[in-house]
Amino acid sequence: MARHDIVIRIGGESGEGVISTGELLTLAAARAGFYVYTFRTYPAEIKGGHAIYQLRLSDHNLYSHGDDLDLLLAFNQEGYDKHYLELREGGMVLYDTESVKASAIPFAKVGLPLTEIAKNQIKMPLAKNMVALGALGRLFWIPKDYLEKLVREKFAKKGQSVIDKNVDAVKAGCDYVEKNFPGLESLRIPVKPSDERIVISGNEAVGLGAVVAGCRHYFGYPITPASDIMEYLAGVLPQLGGVVIQAEDEIASVAMAIGASFAGHRAMSATAGPGLSLMTELLGLAGMAEIPLVIADIQRAGPSTGMPTKTEQSDLNLAVYGNHGEAPRIVIAPYNVEDCFYSTVTAFNLAEKYQIPVLLLSDQSLSNRTESIPKPDLSKVRVVERVKWAGNGGERYKRYQLTESGVSPMAHPGTADGIHVACGLEHTESGRPNYDPANHMNMVDKRFRKLRAALADFPPVEIYGDRASELGIISWGSTLGAVREATERALEKGIKICSFYPRVLYPLGDGYLDRTLENVKTLIVPEVNSQGQFATLLRRVYSGAIVRQNIYGGLPFRPQTILEKIEEVAETCQKPQLSTTRAR
Amino acid sequence: MPETAVIDYKSEVKPTWCPGCGDFGVLRAVYEAFEAKGYETKDLVLVSGIGCSSRIPYFVNSYGFHGVHGRVLPLATGIKLANPRLHVVGMGGDGDGFSIGAGHMPHAIRRNPDITYIIMDNNIYGLTKGQTSPTSAFQFVTKSTPYGNIEDPINPMAFAIVYGATFVAKGFSGKARELTELFIKAIDHKGFSFVDVLSPCPTFNKVDTFKYYAEHLSPVPADHAVKDRVKALELAYRTDRHYVGVYYEEDKLTMEERVKAVQQKVPASTGLEELMARFV
Repeated sequence: MARHDIVIRIGGESGEGVISTGELLTLAAARAGFYVYTFRTYPAEIKGGHAIYQLRLSDHNLYSHGDDLDLLLAFNQEGYDKHYLELREGGMVLYDTESVKASAIPFAKVGLPLTEIAKNQIKMPLAKNMVALGALGRLFWIPKDYLEKLVREKFAKKGQSVIDKNVDAVKAGCDYVEKNFPGLESLRIPVKPSDERIVISGNEAVGLGAVVAGCRHYFGYPITPASDIMEYLAGVLPQLGGVVIQAEDEIASVAMAIGASFAGHRAMSATAGPGLSLMTELLGLAGMAEIPLVIADIQRAGPSTGMPTKTEQSDLNLAVYGNHGEAPRIVIAPYNVEDCFYSTVTAFNLAEKYQIPVLLLSDQSLSNRTESIPKPDLSKVRVVERVKWAGNGGERYKRYQLTESGVSPMAHPGTADGIHVACGLEHTESGRPNYDPANHMNMVDKRFRKLRAALADFPPVEIYGDRASELGIISWGSTLGAVREATERALEKGIKICSFYPRVLYPLGDGYLDRTLENVKTLIVPEVNSQGQFATLLRRVYSGAIVRQNIYGGLPFRPQTILEKIEEVAETCQKPQLSTTRAR
Repeated sequence: MPETAVIDYKSEVKPTWCPGCGDFGVLRAVYEAFEAKGYETKDLVLVSGIGCSSRIPYFVNSYGFHGVHGRVLPLATGIKLANPRLHVVGMGGDGDGFSIGAGHMPHAIRRNPDITYIIMDNNIYGLTKGQTSPTSAFQFVTKSTPYGNIEDPINPMAFAIVYGATFVAKGFSGKARELTELFIKAIDHKGFSFVDVLSPCPTFNKVDTFKYYAEHLSPVPADHAVKDRVKALELAYRTDRHYVGVYYEEDKLTMEERVKAVQQKVPASTGLEELMARFV
């Protein structure tokens, strides 16, 4: 039977090079033409502990990292012990002959002398992971020169001797598999290289999206799992005449971003839950002073310090409501890596046009997941500018002029005739502090009116499945992958279901999402949190039956879990409803 | 400096301060310093926090940002980074700057942006009607410390000097002309200039008054070595008098210069397509 995709997981000790093997393999595979989708975890500490890299290779577009494993490569005993239960029936174990007890493995298995080759042949024990890279590369029929090129790039700064040793290690791994692996043909997936795709992680896509959206000012503070957005931009923005400042804390980060935006330039910060909690006061200032602002929150398991390297979708309440008083903002959640790029551009456009803070909710699993995505066509990407005050001769500028849309032209320092003081106090149209009751109500209404106007620019809700179905399933953020695959399988099994993928999570209503769900009678809402935060928000726009599905172990959904829920609910829906009234 | 008509830095908003407030003297000196510099109002941005003194942007005919409590410095830094041609002045009180805002000062100092930070120090929280401030004396009695303040005060001069500020000065709102001169020096200084202005609150602080300061004030000694940080610190720790004048100044690369140096050092990107190609 032709093979179309394969799921491999590599497990080993943190520090052994599990992640670099995985990363290089992913890149080589993508260049060779594979669609790639990765999943990784690592412990919160720097050394010791366990690291996983999971890679799914396919000849078609992927939505998730798969369910069970086809292949498990154990770098050490723990790498086997922790993961063998997830091997599917007929799956295979590859293991380092020196570190794993083969006799205890009941699956089909092939020993790879990774440590042995690295120590005795290459004379560099650290090269164990490069031997593994070569071995896996050959297993998947990835041309050797793709691997070699990457290895040369990776070790370029370490000197020729190191480069050569690592290239030799890769070759040795390749050769070993070539000579010793039974049934190489069975793992072959024919693919062709394509330059229409790029390989990128969720966080990199956010950074790239920001750059394409015209952002040249980034202010941030290191926090797992958002730091690499800052690190990517720190390398890139100076090359474009921009600047990245690592501020002293998240409060300073968002304050600087607000200052830069007030001065007329797009600015952003990215953080995780603990940082977003700190930023809430200033989000309110941006809302009150009507300053465009984009903040990305890469959600991780909370509350408090929580589990920094595990995923969760539990900051939605904070994103929507986090502030005293009623400070409007827009909340967008990208649903895959490609969307991390496009939704970031959307976030900036909405922030600029409506002079409002926009929160971009990603999560840990999406942040460092690498996928091959269609290369963005820059000619089709629209970047929207803020409505600027161009000066108007004698007419006195009113920064917060009451308008129908709620949006008032913005003057930034340096503009003649635009003099005003931006402030957090309630203010008149001219920006003067004012506590008059009618004025406050007018201004509050103005700020919320902007949200309704923004509806016109919301990206549409994506829909997939049987549109006439009364059973629906809705996901937000990275849960799309598992929901989409589960929906596909459910439809194949003959279950009538429709799936919905909104990107804007707040505000809802007034035509956004409410109409889309009109015909749905039962709606499944899977979320990686315990309180069903989105399900609760949905009540505003949906009055049918909601079936919550919550997991909160720090790991994302698997398609199978969602499919089981769909099947269960579908069956219940089909049963005739028993009447609860007793016959008299 | 452009040849223009006399620029009026007074806005039409009347100050909300109590009669006799020290901040009036600061406001006057600010107007006069700007007049001396001839800044165009469109290029001037006053950034403030929360407190009586933080109301000052409304009283000046320029752009302003009346922000939230304690965040003057990062707001001002963001503005200056986005448009280095703007003249940015941060202003606030001792509570805003040395309590909630204290954590930002060492880092603003480390970056050395070319902005001026003026604190109107009245050793009290006036807007909230009379609580102890970080610069209030030990055993000072207020509504929040009715049995006497149990904390020792921050030494604003020492604070700025130790953290490495490149221009540190103390002023007194009761001596307007000298204050104007001090503000001009601070504005002219290339880099982060800090001026702590003794600016008494007649309504809530009956101890640190104009009379008290006038009797205990002395100019910084003429032979003071302004380029010697250790000597400046010694001056800051003197308890015999309140010394007004420049304590320390030095020339260092500003934040904007350092940012520019990085931009010029790295190979420029040819554009967005090139950036995307890095992911192939």
